[in-house]
Amino acid sequence: MTLAAQPSDRTQAARSAILPERGAGDRVSALLWRHPNLLLAALLILPLGWLVVVYLGSLSALLLQSFYSIDEFSGQIRREFTLSTYAELFRPANMDIIIRTVAMSAAVTLGAVVIAFPIAYFAARYARGHWKALFYLGVMLPLWSSYLVKVYAWKLILAREGIITWATDGIGASAVLNGILALPVIGGTSLSTSYIGTWLVFLYVWLPYMILPMQASLERVPQSMLEASADLGASRWQTMRTVIFPLALPGIIAGSIFTFSLTMGDYIIPQIVGSSRRFIGQAVYQLQGTAGNIPLAAAFAVVPIVIMLIYLTIARRKGAFDAL
Amino acid sequence: MRSDNRPPLILTVGAIAGLLFLHLPILLIFLYAFTTDERTYQFPPPGLTTQWFAVAWNRADIWPPLYLSLKVAALSTVMALILGTLCAAAMARTRFFGRDQISLLIILPIALPGIITGMSLRSAFSIMDIPFSTWTILMGHATFCIVIVFNNAVARFRRLSGSIVEASMDLGANGFQTFRHVILPNLGSALLAGGMLAFALSFDEVIVTTFTAGQQSTLPIWMLNELVRPRQRPVTNVVAIVVFVTTFVPILIAYYLTRGGSETAGGGK
Repeated sequence: MTLAAQPSDRTQAARSAILPERGAGDRVSALLWRHPNLLLAALLILPLGWLVVVYLGSLSALLLQSFYSIDEFSGQIRREFTLSTYAELFRPANMDIIIRTVAMSAAVTLGAVVIAFPIAYFAARYARGHWKALFYLGVMLPLWSSYLVKVYAWKLILAREGIITWATDGIGASAVLNGILALPVIGGTSLSTSYIGTWLVFLYVWLPYMILPMQASLERVPQSMLEASADLGASRWQTMRTVIFPLALPGIIAGSIFTFSLTMGDYIIPQIVGSSRRFIGQAVYQLQGTAGNIPLAAAFAVVPIVIMLIYLTIARRKGAFDAL
Repeated sequence: MRSDNRPPLILTVGAIAGLLFLHLPILLIFLYAFTTDERTYQFPPPGLTTQWFAVAWNRADIWPPLYLSLKVAALSTVMALILGTLCAAAMARTRFFGRDQISLLIILPIALPGIITGMSLRSAFSIMDIPFSTWTILMGHATFCIVIVFNNAVARFRRLSGSIVEASMDLGANGFQTFRHVILPNLGSALLAGGMLAFALSFDEVIVTTFTAGQQSTLPIWMLNELVRPRQRPVTNVVAIVVFVTTFVPILIAYYLTRGGSETAGGGK
């Protein structure tokens, strides 16, 4: 084991480049060096085991639950395969929830594209040095800072007695605000109980997820193409529409995957800011909690997965994954 | 289009307005912690006071959730550090069958909406009759924290030159010694950054937690209850400031630790 154990140690070491083993550590190292796949397996077994058992296991539990049903009389979960729980999703009340959620996700995504574009474009093309770092931090900090605190801040802003009412009164625009709130469907008694409010908070919370991939794809647009476009006589607007926008599209789609999926799966925001009409997330939360109908909650949770799979298939065809 | 490098005015205005939109709302949280009005969200505040910090300190219902949140965040950070680093070590420089599937599996818990992760765990606990405990919360948190540590560690592993590992072996170190004296010191700041971000993410998480906590209350769940049924609203603001600072400081530290490298601390939450 030890160096001293070998008699003609010095001459031996001088003759061969291979040092004698000094213990179990050396032997294990040598074994792993000779069998890289063994090393790989040793490294991966713990994390993969965890992810497969805890995460994939849970996902399959979700699928399994969605094929169970609830006994209408006893309220117990009937553990037999059935499609009746999925059939319940097609009741008008439940379809309304799904359509409302998808419409909100689409609206949030569109709003995010419009607001994110100037920030992403400025950061990608004009910001240099300190400004670049400032833009990066300026997007990163809101992305990472506390989700609930952000939502709470908007509850303060949108409240009937809050800063927006104060500001519109101050500039004499309260008629405009009341006009907007009087609109059918998207209006309400105050901003914090209307779809407009819900939309604004979603937009605020998920905006950084749109800016980052958009900026990444805009940074890859070569300067020479913009110069060529200008040389060929295109106006700024034409360059934007026919050169920059198509090249940035994969990044925009990548960002939209985040904004769309995150909006669809959220239940906190519509609960705190919004009307009493429910979204998919709220339905899942109430069904598994107070209603105790875990199978229907699971079936509802499968809906965003299916919609996102369809969305991802389309996005993949448009080359959005290169921009991630 | 002119080829000078001055941005058009409308773009500058749009970019600055967008950044202000991202930052101004948070300031109101701080302002409202000092208001004298505890029943509404009146703006401007009728008066200013610092009494709510003392009131919050003496509220007995805030401390247990705070301890639970700190405990869960610390434990899930440790688990994520171990599991994420192992993953990163395996994935950084190798190509093998199923590698893409594994990286998808690592990212999935954070790419899918929290409600799916939460509802999945809830379904599994229900099927296997597992009672809610600190461990059920921890299972969810550790799962989505792995990717944060993984992202930071894998970027550092890729940047780490392979020749220093070979040099270490040429000088007679075995694999464990190389890890202890060569790889770990080089990995240090990336792991610290990843750990900070994982801690911030776990401390602040609410959606998955509501599905895995049962009757227990973490600080974000306490806050959520106060948002739905408010009493002493400024106290909620004081707690919000605590949560904000507890997540903000680690994020800032993580940014400075990984600055200048090719890796980015966030890169998609």
